[in-house]
Amino acid sequence: MGLQAYLTLAAIVFCIGFFGVITRRNTIGILLGIELMLNSVNINLVAFSRFSGDITGMVFTVFTICITVTEAALGLAIVILLFRVRRTVTADQLDLLKG
Amino acid sequence: MTGEALGFYCLSAVLVGSALAVVLTKNLFHAVLWLALALTGTAGIFLLLDAEFLAAVQLLLYAGGIVTIVVFAIVVTERLVGERISQTSRRIAGGAAVSLVLAALIVSAVMQGPLTSVRSPMALDLTREIGDTVLTRFVLPFELLALLMLAGLMGAIYFARPED
Repeated sequence: MGLQAYLTLAAIVFCIGFFGVITRRNTIGILLGIELMLNSVNINLVAFSRFSGDITGMVFTVFTICITVTEAALGLAIVILLFRVRRTVTADQLDLLKG
Repeated sequence: MTGEALGFYCLSAVLVGSALAVVLTKNLFHAVLWLALALTGTAGIFLLLDAEFLAAVQLLLYAGGIVTIVVFAIVVTERLVGERISQTSRRIAGGAAVSLVLAALIVSAVMQGPLTSVRSPMALDLTREIGDTVLTRFVLPFELLALLMLAGLMGAIYFARPED
């Protein structure tokens, strides 16, 4: 399988995650979509690294995985805090900053 | 068909199918379980790309860690385990159109580029190579990453502290 096959797969998964982010109404559902998008970027990094023979991409993937885990922990903590304050996790009702 | 191609197509089917299930299923619990399957499929893709270490990290941190955290968050926010937790989507047609256009753009760009299909030779033991590189060339980003994770986790604890 060539590099293009891996990049195409990553693009498809990215767009599925993007679809989830813009259509989900539950904030946890939005976070799941973001996880999918970040995940597909990791596929891109590893594929480029493997086909170009440069280890840097894989090292970057280690970094992005760590950052993603931190982001998920923080995001979910914010969701729990929002639920505690507003008693809802639906994104439509979280319009505090709406002008 | 070679073994690698067969594995790639099987893993792609699993990955795309479970990703679609993540964004389309009504039950949030099921969505998280589908996400676990998608992340495991990604670990399989990493194995196909000779990155065994990354596949292990992916399984431990993503499929093990994130899925557990998300399940915790769902339990805390919905309070009712076992009951049907429905989550609705909106503007599905518009979202699908935008996503399809974006996918078409990216795929057409990928198809046009002069991309290789030959793998360059790499060291046999990529795990050792990754470890060496992280602790020599990328040691400063590595330490900054430790700081970032510490700050992030402290922030998460601060946000989720018990009410006083």
